[in-house]
Formats: sequence, C-alpha cells, structure tokens
Amino acid sequence: MARWGMVIDLAKCSGCQACVVACAAENNVPCASPEEAGRGRTLAWIKIVPFIEGEFPHVKMRLLPLPCQHCDNPPCIKVCPVDATNITPDGIVRQIFGRCIGCRYCTNACPYTVRVFNWKAPEWPEGMEEAQNPDVSLRPKGVVEKCTFCVHRLQKAKEVAASQNRPLADGEYIPACVETCPTQAMYFGDLEDPKSKVKEMSRSPRVFRLLEELGAQPKVFYLAEGEWSGKS
Amino acid sequence: MENHNLDPGPEAVLLRPIQQTTSQFYKVMGLLMLLGATCLFAWVQQLKDGLVVTGLNVPVYWGVYITNFVFFIGISHAGTLISAILRLVQAEWRRPITRAAEVITVLVLFFGAGSVIMDLGRPDRLLNVLFHPNFRSPLLWDVCSITVYLTASCIYLYLPLIPDIAILRDYAGKRQKFYRLLSLGFQGTDKQKHRLERLIAVMAILVIPIAVSVHTVVSWVFAMTVQPMWHSTIFGPYFVVGAIFSGIAALIIAMALIRRMYHLENYLKQIHFNNLGLLLLVMSLLWFYFTFAEFLTTYYGSEPIHLAVFYSKVTGRYSGMFWTMVVSCFVIPVSILGRRKTRTVTGTVVASVFVNIGMWLERYAIVVPTLSHPRLPLGRINYSPTWVEIAITLGFFATFILLYMGFTKLFPIISIWEIQEGRRNSLQGVEERVKGYLPGTE
Repeated sequence: MARWGMVIDLAKCSGCQACVVACAAENNVPCASPEEAGRGRTLAWIKIVPFIEGEFPHVKMRLLPLPCQHCDNPPCIKVCPVDATNITPDGIVRQIFGRCIGCRYCTNACPYTVRVFNWKAPEWPEGMEEAQNPDVSLRPKGVVEKCTFCVHRLQKAKEVAASQNRPLADGEYIPACVETCPTQAMYFGDLEDPKSKVKEMSRSPRVFRLLEELGAQPKVFYLAEGEWSGKS
Repeated sequence: MENHNLDPGPEAVLLRPIQQTTSQFYKVMGLLMLLGATCLFAWVQQLKDGLVVTGLNVPVYWGVYITNFVFFIGISHAGTLISAILRLVQAEWRRPITRAAEVITVLVLFFGAGSVIMDLGRPDRLLNVLFHPNFRSPLLWDVCSITVYLTASCIYLYLPLIPDIAILRDYAGKRQKFYRLLSLGFQGTDKQKHRLERLIAVMAILVIPIAVSVHTVVSWVFAMTVQPMWHSTIFGPYFVVGAIFSGIAALIIAMALIRRMYHLENYLKQIHFNNLGLLLLVMSLLWFYFTFAEFLTTYYGSEPIHLAVFYSKVTGRYSGMFWTMVVSCFVIPVSILGRRKTRTVTGTVVASVFVNIGMWLERYAIVVPTLSHPRLPLGRINYSPTWVEIAITLGFFATFILLYMGFTKLFPIISIWEIQEGRRNSLQGVEERVKGYLPGTE
C-alpha cells in the first residue's frame, strides 16, 4: 500500500503563491472578496505562512507553504462527531462534504489550522464557473473542506495505469500545487517506495516537520533553508 | 372527589399564581416574546445566508454560541444537583427551593443544546449524530450525556410534582383534564407516598453522577484537543465547579424574582438566601482556587505558545474581560457574602448577578483567546459578535425566562406537599436525629 507524502524545499521556494492559485483553480475553491478576506474568511487549501524571525534590525522573514499535513495520526478525525472525515489506507485525510454537519470541531482540533469552513454558498465571478473542474465536487455552504492531495488525480492515474496493466509509476500522480511550482520546490510521491524521489528527499539532513512534538506525524516534510551551497 | 389527604390547607396560597395573573405579568411576557421574535428573525437570516452573518472567522471558528452552550449547560447544574444533594443530606431548608431549581435545569438544557444547533453550519443534518455516530468524538459524548441528563432531570422534576398535580386536580378548579392526566391517579395514600418517596430518593442519587459527568464532558470538548490552555487535566473538575457556582447564582436570582412577583416572603425567607449565599461563597472560593491553579501552572511552565494565550488574557486584548471576570466571580461575591450583614436577600442577589456575568465571561475567555492564538502565525484577526449572534443570545435568555414564567402558571413553583411534610414530620424527625448524635440516648 502506498503512503502519499510531500516534501517542500524551502531553499527553493520563492513564495510566489503559484501553488495557491493552482490549487484554487484545480479544486474549485471560490475566491473571497477583499472584504471577506479582511474578515478572515478566505478559503485556501494551501497558503503561504510568513514566519518572522529575529528582532529589529536583524529581522528575517521565512515563507512556508502550508497545505494539509495529512498526518498519520490526525487530531481532526478523532473529534468529528459524525465520522465525516477519515484517513484512507494510503494516508490521505479526506472530508465527506455530504455528511459534515459544520460543527467546526475538526478546524479547532487541527494544530496546523489548515481546515476551512464554507461561511456562505460559494460564488464565482460571472463566467468563471465555466472554468470549474468537473472532477472535484462543489461544496455547499456550512461544511468544512480541506486539501485532499488532489485525490481525484490519484483516481485518474490509477485508472490509466490499470488500463495499461502496470503499476503506478513514481511522479505519475502529483497534486496541482506540485505540478505548478515554478521553482520545483515541491516533491510528491509514495513514502513507502524506497526508490521514489520523495522518499529520498525526506531523508535529507535538512528535513523537519511542523510541530513534530505534538505527535500528529505529518506527511509533509520541509527542507530547511540554510546557507546557499549551490546544491539542493 | 374531595380528598382529605390532598387538602392544601394553609399552603393554598401557593396556588394563587396559577389561579390569577396580573397585568404586569403579561407586560413582561410581551417584552420577552418580542426578544424571542427578534431571535427567530436573526436565526432565519443565518439559515438563509450561512454563518457568514456571524463574526466568526479563521481561526476563531467558535464564539458566542459555544460560550452560550457552556454557560447554559453550567446553569443547568443549579437545579438537579443542588436539589439532589440537599434532599440526600436531609437539609430541611431545601423544601421551598428544590422545585424552582429543578425547573431551571430542565428548561435551560434545551437552550444549551439549542446553542450548539445555532452554531452548526448544517443544522439540517443534525440527525447525522444518530446515523453516523463517531464515539471517539467528545462532542458525541456530549450528545449522549446531555440526553441522559435531560431525561433524568425531567423524571426528577416530574416525580415530586405528582402530589402537587393531584392537589391542583382537586382544588385548582382549572384545567382539570390536564391535571388528571398528569397526576397518574395519585390520591395521597400512605402506600403511594412511600413508593413515590423511594423513587425520588433513587433519582436523587442517580442524577448526581449524571450531572457531574455532563459538565466534565463539556470541558473535555476543549481539553481533549492539544490547543494551548484547553489541553488541561484540571478542566473537568474546574468546569463542574464553575457550573455549580453559576447554577446557584441563577437559582438565587430566580428565587428572588418568585418571592417578589408572587409575594412569597413567608416561604422564601431570609434564611434560605443566607444559606444559599454561604454555598455560593464556598463555590466562589473554590472557583478562585481552580482558576489560580490553572493560570499559575501555565505561567510557571512558560511555554511560549501557552504564554501567548495567557498574556492575551492577563494583560492583552482580553484583559478587560478577564479582570472583570475575576472581580465579578471572586472579589464582589466574597466581599458581599463573606459578611453576615450583607448576606441579605438584596446582597445575595447582587452577588449572584455578578457571578452570572462573570461566569459567562469566563466561558468566553476560555473559548475565544485560545482560538485567536493558533500555533502557526496566520496573521491577526479579531473576533467580535455581530447583531445576529447578540440577538440570538438575548432571545435565548428571554425565551428561557418566558418558559420559566409559563411553568409558574401551570404548576406550583414551591412544592406544596413537601412543605406540608415539613410542617407535619420535620420537627419531630430533626429532634430524633439530633438525639441520635448525642451520647447516652438510643
């Protein structure tokens, strides 16, 4: 069984937010109006989080792309009263939009605050609904949604591989954010596959995971920025 | 028809609120209904547009509704728990206050559960908690424990009501069919009374662990997560203490209003307020002890993520609210209730009003500051409730008072038969009990 995971190399990330845009387009995430965004109602499945380090005048800002961490021990799925969120055998944390009652317990239990809530019915600017992705369901108002590692792409890739009677190849299934990243700072693949790129990267001495001490065992690995060595 | 066992005698005065209603009563009812209607209007808005009409946001996903939930469930501990404990320890002064307490419990539970429904994004899918229950979720534990508590409290309210309903059937001269149905053929025979008293005793024992479990589980909704200043082992008992504390305060206010509106100074005496005031004083000290222990541990441990929440309460954005809470829950009640001179009816009521304000703020200060300090730097976003949340909150309080007033018009709010029992048996009973404590008497 595969165990899907991601590696994000912060030394390569330029903070351009292309992943944020690609994700929204891929997953039919509606844009929030400027007023709504100002009130903290943005629905983003991946966002760039600014970490400010040091004190003036030696201040440094580090930017960190933050998708759902797809924890192996997710604090969110335990607390859902109606079992509307669960983890697949290959490690993807999903949300059942049709069952969620919108209590937002999962959003509060998640230490990474990566789950978002539909404050109102989704809206698209005139004509934009033409560009919606038919592979991803639209979410109604009042339910929680989150990054799925573009699981619909996994379905497609699996079908293609099955029709050709071969196993899924490394790099055949990648989420939209990884595909888009202009600096190729993101890697995605099967952490159980010893030959996969993502497995190799996740063993880097620069690797760390967010809030690892909480024991949620996230499957998103970060490679720390350091002195520029000319090698990745 | 006339049944001598059930003659209310001098206690007939307790039937008066049921027999006649003043115009002032209707005026108050009208005002409360207006608030209830505003609440309904606000709720319709929220159903139509979604929770966008509230002030909630990322990361403050819970606000006033969840605060109300914890507060109302806390108030519900007034009744059942206080009345059950006082019954079991045979505190004779309990007789005129148990019913007033039990009614609070039953009614307020609906508003506690209702607050959660207000908070749901999809209230239409509420029944999913029955169709797809996840028993690992503390919210589902809540659903279970509150359902059990509501059932037990209803039975515990109804059982001691039966003899009074029988009195109403025979003497009120109103709604005879209704009272006949509810009285279950009670005639006041010794056998019936004996059976009823045993049932009441069993229920009184049963409801205590249930009540304790309810507020413990409410606290676990927070404590089971790993969020700073929620993830605390002290939360179970801390919430139970806070619940009993705010519950007693609500009971004192209700008693004072009943006494005033129905001129029952003869039944709800100074001594009752004095005794409840002493209980409130003890709870205030206990509450302070728990709060102090909770905050000192956080401060001393000084983990940055916990300290961020700690300082937002003590010196930061929520400090006004926090210190108002400390003053209302501790400084004011202790200084009023600690002296016999000020432990009067007015004194205890003033203390109780402050306690209830303080305890609401305490619930708010538990829910919101933690959520507004997420572990990752997501930017600063403030939460403040909108008119919809305020209207629904006020409407809930108003409708609760409305239903309580309605109850006093259907049933005696002071238990008639228990007062009669008191007159008949207590003096002798207490004398025998005290003799039993003394040396040399058998």
